[in-house]
Order: sequence, then structure tokens, then C-alpha cells
Amino acid sequence: MALSDVPVTPTASTGTGPSPEFMAAMRTHPTKRLRERLIIMALGLAAAVSLVTTAAIIVVLVGESIPFFQDVSIREFLFETEWQPLFEPVSFGVWELVAGTMNIVLWSMAIALPIGLASAIYLSEYAHGRTRRILKPLLEALAAVPTIVYAYFGLTFISLDILKPLLGDSISVFNALAASIVMAIMLIPTIASISEDAMAAVPRELREGAYGLGATRLEVATMVVLPAALSGVIASVLLAVARVVGETMIVAVIAGQTPNLTLSPLESIQTMTSYMFQVGLGDAARGGVEYRSLFAVGLMLFLMTLTFNVAAAWFVRRFREEYV
Amino acid sequence: MPDVRTPAPQVTPRPTGRVSVPAGIERVMEDRKANEYTPPEPAALTVRDLDFYYGSRRALAGIDLQFPEKMITALIGPSGCGKSTLLRCLNRMNDLIEGSRVDGEIEYHGLNLYDRGVDPVEVRRRIGMVFQKPNPFPKSIYDNVIFGARVNGFRGNADELVERSLRQAALWDEVKDDLKKSGLALSGGQQQRLCIARALAVEPEIILMDEPCSALDPIATLKIEELMRELAEHYTIIIVTHNMQQAARVSDYTAFLLAGEAGSGEVIEYGPTEEIFANPRDKRTEDYITGRFG
Ligand SMILES: Nc1ncnc2c1ncn2[C@@H]1O[C@H](COP(=O)(O)OP(=O)(O)OP(=O)(O)O)[C@@H](O)[C@H]1O
Ligand SMILES: [Mg+2]
Repeated sequence: MALSDVPVTPTASTGTGPSPEFMAAMRTHPTKRLRERLIIMALGLAAAVSLVTTAAIIVVLVGESIPFFQDVSIREFLFETEWQPLFEPVSFGVWELVAGTMNIVLWSMAIALPIGLASAIYLSEYAHGRTRRILKPLLEALAAVPTIVYAYFGLTFISLDILKPLLGDSISVFNALAASIVMAIMLIPTIASISEDAMAAVPRELREGAYGLGATRLEVATMVVLPAALSGVIASVLLAVARVVGETMIVAVIAGQTPNLTLSPLESIQTMTSYMFQVGLGDAARGGVEYRSLFAVGLMLFLMTLTFNVAAAWFVRRFREEYV
Repeated sequence: MPDVRTPAPQVTPRPTGRVSVPAGIERVMEDRKANEYTPPEPAALTVRDLDFYYGSRRALAGIDLQFPEKMITALIGPSGCGKSTLLRCLNRMNDLIEGSRVDGEIEYHGLNLYDRGVDPVEVRRRIGMVFQKPNPFPKSIYDNVIFGARVNGFRGNADELVERSLRQAALWDEVKDDLKKSGLALSGGQQQRLCIARALAVEPEIILMDEPCSALDPIATLKIEELMRELAEHYTIIIVTHNMQQAARVSDYTAFLLAGEAGSGEVIEYGPTEEIFANPRDKRTEDYITGRFG
């Protein structure tokens, strides 16, 4: 039996069933239904745009990588330890570039994560409302500085003015450390701000429950608020890692162009993005193996970010303390 | 069964009251004001001339109350009269509210809780709290119970403490097979008992309860009330309630609060529960407990 067949009585029954006016009022209007459909379609289309673009990127990456892997074996790509595409003997062992990227991820996160989280905890659990209202926008403004500004600030100020005099010959002029420090400075606002949002969303009742048991502010922050806000915190970290992995200017300017299989922060390295940047600047012939290596490295980069995302999703599912 | 949560116009005092009014007390009481009552010693907490401010707004004015040890004292009064505020002053929970200020003193074992140098964290460990809305942590039942003990440096047998606390809160039998389950997976009444267990695990001396049954059904409510009577053997309990029957059923002493002209809460009447309900001295108390208020 269809819903519209159910007898509806709007007022205390007179025994004659619903009036036609009432029936009409209760029915979905055809134009209303059409509008609803159009809106759903428009929204779906908008969602589809990003999906289609992502798919297109994957298709291009894979499509252009296939000819590359016909010239250079996947075995060489994955198991050689030398990345030397520009001069003889040519060698395409991608790990030197992966290590370059990981190097920066490791050291920048080692700096940005504790400071970013500490800032978030300070802002959400310790700072007075007024302090927070002043600090938060300032912090967010810091995240809007163009990376090229950070890049030259890092090269001149951090690398040449601070690290070089401090560490002397044990550090290269172009080095991963300075790049990581600058990267961290850029990321701290992101981590702090997004984590603070997540922590501020944790219900006050949870905090009070912990305070009522004799917990200190720090215990409340680390044992109750942080676990409850974990998915937001991880989201901020993920965003930060994605930015490190994808960041080009800072590493290209500060960290050097030396493929180097090392996680030492003192050496000159080359990340995947900074290799792609270098090739893009040069006159690699379209169709040459060097040009195609761009796509292979791009594909690798894509797979790496994907792995980070999957790992983070798993981590959140595993450790989050859901409060709703 | 009657809905025990809505105040009925007719309130009978708790028949099995532990506090008997000594003969001849009427004569003594003629001479005092309704809010000037001193319960038998020893006192767990003594509030003296307490004012409380939210920013510039005074929420409590001149509160004088003495809470007797190992008894249940109920705070009653209309919404907004400052019951929660007063309760939260007693363990310095209000310290967490920005811009709040306290004048006056609260004596606890000869010490003023608001003295400089008193650590509010220590205060809250000794004076525990159960909230209106059950607020278990999104952790396992086990971790919920052990939380307070952990943050207070508990070094003993954790399993034993968890079992003892859950038994004390009359929850053990319902959860003993699945202590790893999230505290949020329990029913509202079970969650509230978990919160009580969690408070007990810290071994406080005083337990403050802010409308602990307001989110519960009548059966869960009765269960918690029964529990409170048992706990009163060992703990001092101060409870805020909107439920007149509940106050009458469980408490030994009752304080009636009302917001005065300036909107600041004051104690209108204080005394043994039986007396307050059977024979209120202030007209406003009578109006309130018989439901004729406002
Ligand atoms: N955090 C706060 N900031 C400012 N004013 C507050 C705050 N909390 C409570 N108040 C005000 O203080 C007064 C007393 O509030 P309180 O919560 O103590 O009342 P109550 O007696 O517990 O009421 P209810 O029975 O509704 O819980 C109210 O007027 C309330 O608006
Ligand atoms: Mg209240």
C-alpha cells in the first residue's frame, strides 16, 4: 500500500476522511521535487569534478610512467641506490629522492609536531580567552606567508647566519636541517590551529569529569582532551606531512640538489619535488627518458601520500577515543 | 508507578529518617532565623559568609552553611538560584571559570579551601564530584574507574580497586564480564553509576552530586538513591536536586536556596530534612516544597 493511500485525518475525525485541501497540502509539489533533483545533481557534479580530476591525474601519471618503465626497469627504479639521470653512467634508483623527502619529513615533523601540539594544548587548555582570541588569528596569518619568502629567509638567515657559524664544516651550505627548520616554522601554525580546533570541540563535561577527580591541567589535556581530539590532531599532522612532501620552493632553495641516500640533516639532499622542479626548469626534451622520469617520480610521490593517508586513517580508527 | 521525578504537591518526609529531632527542640528553634541552623558536629565543610561572582554578577550572597560529616545534605531551590554554583565552590571547580571570584571562606579540617597556597587539584581529589549529565570518558569501563587513581599516583592493585569501586557503585555485576567495553556503551543509569565508581576510586572524603538522577528513569533513580544511602555510611554527600521526594527520601539535612532581589542566591532555610518538609519555618520554603512557588 502506497503511503498516499493511507487515510489521513487532519482533525478529530468526522468520519468522512481527509479533505481534498489537506491531501493537496500534504503532497510533494512537482516543481519542488524538480528543484530538489536539480540541487542534488549540481552538488553531485561539484563532487564529481574533484573525483574526475584525481582520476585524470592518476591516468596521466600511470600513462606517462609506462614508457619510462619500458626504458628503465622497475627493478632498477626500486632497487638501485643511485639517482643520476643527468650524466653518465645514468642511473634511476629512486630511493635517493625518497630518502631526501623522508629526511625533510622526519626532521621537520620532529620539530613541528611537539611545538605545534604544545601550542595547541596551551591555546586550548591554558590560555585565557582573550589571549587565545589574539594569538589564533596571528598564528593563522603565519600560515599564509608564501613559501618562497620562507625559502630565502631560511637560506640567508637560518642556513648562512645561524647554522653555518654554529656548526662550521660539519654542515653543508645547502642542507636538510635548515630546510626542515623553515618547513617546521611554516607548519607549526597549521598543526597548532587545526589541533586547537579539535581540542576546543571536546565537550567541557569531559574536562570537568577529569578535573573533578583531581587531575591537573596537563593530565586533563594529555589524557582526556588529546585522545578525544585525536582525529582532528591527526588530520592536522597529515595535512602538515602532505605539505612537506609536496613543498618544492623551500627544499629546492635551501636543501640543495644532491640526490643523497641519507637521513642525516646536515647534508645536502634532493627531494622528489625538488628533482621534478629541476627537470622542469631544464630543457629535458619532451619524450626523453629524463622527461618521463618526472612522471615516475610523480607517481611515487602520489603513492607515498596515499600510504600516509591510509596509515593515518588506520591510526585514528585504532586510537581515537570517540566522545559522541 | 508514580513518576518520582516531578514534585508532587504533597510531600511526606522520609519515614526512616536517621535524624530524630530531640524533644523540646521547637522551643530552641523559635529563637533562631530559619537559615541559622547548626547541625551536629563534626562538620565536613563549613561555609562562612561566602559570596561568589561570575564576572561582576554576584551569583551567591552571604552563604553560611555547615555540612555534617557522613550525612547527606540536599540543596534545593528553583532553577538559577545558585545551587550548582555553590556546589562547585565546595571543591573549587569554579576556579576553572574565567572571571569568577570567591569571597568568604570554606573550612575543611581547619583549613580554608580558598587560602592562598591551597592546591585546587588536591581539593578536588578529596572532594569528588558527580555531574548532572553522566560524563564517562570515552575510554573503557576499566580505564574510567582507574583514571582518577592513576592521576593521583595510585600504586596498588588496580584490578582490585576497579572491582571494589564498581561493587560500591552497584555496577559490578552488570559489567564484570566486559570491563574493556567503552563507558559510553552503557545505559544512562549505568553511566552515572560508572561516574560514581570513578569518583569513589579516588577515595574522597566528600562527594558532591549535582542532580545526579535528572537524566535517569525512575528505576535507575531509585537505584542511585539506594546507593547514596549506603555510601553515606562512609562518605559525606552533598546533593543538588530538583526532586522534592528525592530530597525527602535520601537526605538528612536540607538547605533551601533562593535568588534574592539582586539575583544572588541566598540560603533561606536550613535544617533537618524532616523538619524542613514537615514544618517549614519560612513561607517561601513551604511554597516551594509544596509546589506553589512562583
Ligand atoms: N559560567 C557561568 N557564567 C556566568 N553566569 C553563570 C554561569 N553559570 C551559572 N551562571 C548564572 O548563575 C546563576 C546560578 O546558576 P546555577 O547554575 O548555580 O543555578 P542552579 O541553581 O544550579 O540552577 P539549575 O537548577 O537550573 O541547575 C544563574 O543565574 C546562572 O545564569
Ligand atoms: Mg544546576
